[in-house]
Amino acid sequence: MSLSTSDVQKVARLARLAMNDTEIEAARIQLSGIFELIAEMQAVDTTGIEPMSHAQDVSQRLREDRVTEPDQRELFQSIAPQVESGLYLVPQVIE
Amino acid sequence: MTWEIVIGLEVHAQLSTQTKIFSGASTTYGAEPNTQADAVSIALPGVLPVLNKGAVERAIKFGLATGAHIAPRSVFARKNYFYPDLPKGYQISQFDLPVVGMGALTIQVEPLSGPSTGSGFKPYEKVVRITRAHLEEDAGKSVHGSSQGMTGIDLNRAGTPLLEIVSEPDMRSAAEAIAYAKALHTLVKWIGICDGNMQEGSFRCDVNVSVRRPGEPFGTRREIKNLNSFKFMQQAIDYEVQWQIDTIESGGKVQQATILFNPDSGETRAMRSKEDAHDYRYFPDPDLLPLDISEEWKEQVRATLPELPEARRARYTGEYGLTAYDANVLTSSREMADYFDTCVGAVGAAGAKLCANWLTGELSAQLNRDGLDMTQCPVNPQQMGGMLARIADNTISNSGAKEVFRALWAEGGDADAIIEAKGLKQVSDSGAIEALVDEIIAANADKVAEYRSGKDKLFGFFVGLAMKASKGKANPAQLNEVLKQKLAG
Amino acid sequence: MINATLKHLSSALAAKHISSVELTQLYLDRIATHNPVFNAYTTVDAKISLAQAQAADARIAAGLAGPLTGIPFAQKDIFCAKGWRTTCGSKMLGDFIAPYDAHVISQFDRAGAVNLGKTNMDEFAMGSSNETSYFGDVRNPWDPQRVPGGSSGGSASAVAARLCAAATGTDTGGSIRQPAALCGISGIKPTYGTVSRYGMIAFASSLDQAGPMARSAEDCALMLNVMTGFDERDSTSLQRDQEDYSRDLNRPLSGLRIGLPREFFAEGLSADVGSRIAEAIAEYRKLGATVVEISLPNTRLAVPVYYVLAPAEASSNLSRFDGVRYGYRAPEYTDLADMYEKSRAQGFGEEVKRRIMIGTYVLSHGYYDAYYLQAQKIRRLIAQDFTDAFKQCDVIMGPTAPSTAFKLGEKGDDPVQMYLSDIYTIAVNLAGLPGMSIPCGFGDNAMPVGLQIIGNYFDEARMLNAAHQYQLNTDWHTRCPQGL
Repeated sequence: MSLSTSDVQKVARLARLAMNDTEIEAARIQLSGIFELIAEMQAVDTTGIEPMSHAQDVSQRLREDRVTEPDQRELFQSIAPQVESGLYLVPQVIE
Repeated sequence: MTWEIVIGLEVHAQLSTQTKIFSGASTTYGAEPNTQADAVSIALPGVLPVLNKGAVERAIKFGLATGAHIAPRSVFARKNYFYPDLPKGYQISQFDLPVVGMGALTIQVEPLSGPSTGSGFKPYEKVVRITRAHLEEDAGKSVHGSSQGMTGIDLNRAGTPLLEIVSEPDMRSAAEAIAYAKALHTLVKWIGICDGNMQEGSFRCDVNVSVRRPGEPFGTRREIKNLNSFKFMQQAIDYEVQWQIDTIESGGKVQQATILFNPDSGETRAMRSKEDAHDYRYFPDPDLLPLDISEEWKEQVRATLPELPEARRARYTGEYGLTAYDANVLTSSREMADYFDTCVGAVGAAGAKLCANWLTGELSAQLNRDGLDMTQCPVNPQQMGGMLARIADNTISNSGAKEVFRALWAEGGDADAIIEAKGLKQVSDSGAIEALVDEIIAANADKVAEYRSGKDKLFGFFVGLAMKASKGKANPAQLNEVLKQKLAG
Repeated sequence: MINATLKHLSSALAAKHISSVELTQLYLDRIATHNPVFNAYTTVDAKISLAQAQAADARIAAGLAGPLTGIPFAQKDIFCAKGWRTTCGSKMLGDFIAPYDAHVISQFDRAGAVNLGKTNMDEFAMGSSNETSYFGDVRNPWDPQRVPGGSSGGSASAVAARLCAAATGTDTGGSIRQPAALCGISGIKPTYGTVSRYGMIAFASSLDQAGPMARSAEDCALMLNVMTGFDERDSTSLQRDQEDYSRDLNRPLSGLRIGLPREFFAEGLSADVGSRIAEAIAEYRKLGATVVEISLPNTRLAVPVYYVLAPAEASSNLSRFDGVRYGYRAPEYTDLADMYEKSRAQGFGEEVKRRIMIGTYVLSHGYYDAYYLQAQKIRRLIAQDFTDAFKQCDVIMGPTAPSTAFKLGEKGDDPVQMYLSDIYTIAVNLAGLPGMSIPCGFGDNAMPVGLQIIGNYFDEARMLNAAHQYQLNTDWHTRCPQGL
């Protein structure tokens, strides 16, 4: 299977990865190769097979509704790129 | 040719848990920025979600209260998109298999004030279908204007449990949409799953609006996001409907869009599209296993459900013979309805109408004057019931009761003690009343003669004299009866 | 001392033949000497390690020592360790000081073990040669021109080069077993859900599992005793009774039924590896085991299925790296979208970006059913193959990797060739089964060959028994690379 340049551009955009034309083209060739490998799956008849999301058939465990987490803002924000007055700063968001 | 309006609602109700849906961080409103943003809320590398039982319980409650199917197995999925208030780059939500399936809500539609799409009709009842309700996590908040050219991110709200309640496009006017939103708002507070505080964003409505010619397929809808008051909702729908009609009638086409309502201008406008909004790449969250809800658990939750608004309305109109209007007012909140039930408990079913009159009248008016809601009412239902019982058994007159009520409101205490202290007990002893009336007749022979010769208007004069003689304590009905008899000769 | 088993080290520490501080210093010195060649560690912090060693010595003196108290372990740089730089092999986390401990790290701490440092790895565990690390290639101690395997290549190299007593690894598609095989050590990936994933930086959540990498099966068993156990912070952590993984080590192997999957010995397996595996199986026969040929018919589909599911999960797991709350932020950008795109483009390496793109594509609108859902369905078929096979045998054996360690750069340009080197290990992750690799000889190029042992769910003790009995009768696992 061969991917188009616009497929790759769209994917890079969705994944928030800046890529120039050369990188897009290199990725296109490599991804096309990988999708050729993946294409082997397509021929398998999976009618009636239940998809498997988890290794074990176990149900979700539930947590009691009790506060366990203390305020650790100072520690957590000590590794942040940019903070001010307890807020994480990002370039302006326009809705 | 007329237009038909089609409205569906998506409501995000914040669930009233102590902690977040996937971590043990507090959900208290109004804390300093990011002080409730724990490792899971800020999505540190390596942290994992564990589901809050309280959130699931509340979802089950909602499903049971709307007669919905509770999924024995539901699944959490990731909705992938980038936004600074979404720390993981995905929202954990439910997609294919929500916890609550199709249900319904009965609403009481009343005309709206103003030039709205829903005015000039008699109130009516309608059933709105609820497609589904699913659990998901809230996002954080963007704070603008703190730093030049920058936006601040507060993740305290990130991970707060939400129940997203999606209706069918069953509403045909702003009035119906408001009635549905109000009924839902009442219900979630009634069953104790959401505090309903709209200013704090605990109950947020997205409204899907489209218009069509009657009988034709649905038109293209636009979604008005994040309405946090019923007033704004009405304004936004009115504006949007008119905009869509104008657009189509002038030859244009409505494009599907997400729009915002500006309360200052009263207008709606399309949002700068969240790019790639249509490709959320949903897939089952591998960090969370399927949520299984047993019949046993469901029944345990069912046992904790209070009597619901609809059932109470039916009881009030059926058993107590109240009007639909009174029943609606009394079931506008669980506090009001419980208050009413306590009063009726003290007075007896025969006094239900009396209780209704006092609650919808004097009590509501007084609350309004003082800007209080039912939970802040200084007179508790036991006190109120005690007073109403004294009206019902003729111990006090209505005017005496008003005095008792004022005293209860201002100083508290107990109705009987106030009646005693203020000497408000009315005279209902027929012998005493007869003697009193005899005296008056004897002392006013001329007026009696005038009355008997046809001057009926003098009856009030005799009532006044008798009341004065009894120092206002004579039972008015009884007094009237005796006077009428004796004056007739 | 550097060749001693964990059990011997523990006795030596208890008998005060050596202190934990001395032992730790010994390894720190070895790291200082040899790490410039092998590049097995990304971070070493002698101060923290020695402080932990001192605390361990006090604990030993107080008579409160456990089996691992005072022993220096290397931790794969995928585990968050409070106060330690935790990079996951990425520029994205190049300066990330973890503010909390992973469950695995806490478990070692509780046991009184010493954290000797963080080991190099393929970036975000994506790789089979340790060439994708932002912190440079890791070298194989048996031949520094060759790769150590990946993604836990730093741990494998450190264990083989005697730069730690043992190490931790993680395995999503073979990342413990394949480097263990290529470096001639023992490593086990337990049943999915046995070791908590809390604090382990996620690659593919439904496949990731941590495990020990050591010089013997016996050492692995002792480490598993510490690493496993229920953790309420991981929803996929299983609530089971704590077990002693060394309980069956000394059980004789007579009656053990070994299944040999015919698909593991077909085209693609190098002849020297095939011979060593055959010799190992012959040894097992001598030890009383019986051998039965089995079939895992969907083996060839494991790689394609894996390269749909793992990148899909990874593309989502790695979305949190956006330069907002921690990690790399591009120095220059014009607006928010530009900041995201540049931070991620500059912070992630080529292989990681490639997998994010594969994952994004297979999940995107219109492709979900054809790729993701189809892969999940075949995943069930693959798991079912194993269930059927275990009706005929107790353990499955075969090669861990199709060839011995290849040269650095040899498979650099062709991701597909690289992906195929995990063909025998990936299916085990898809099924969630336990799998291990132990050394069983050397190939034509004098590089180690690994024997893979696959067990049924929760059958780690039996696998370790099979591995230990083999190691009692062979000495491959005690071989040491020259000059070390």
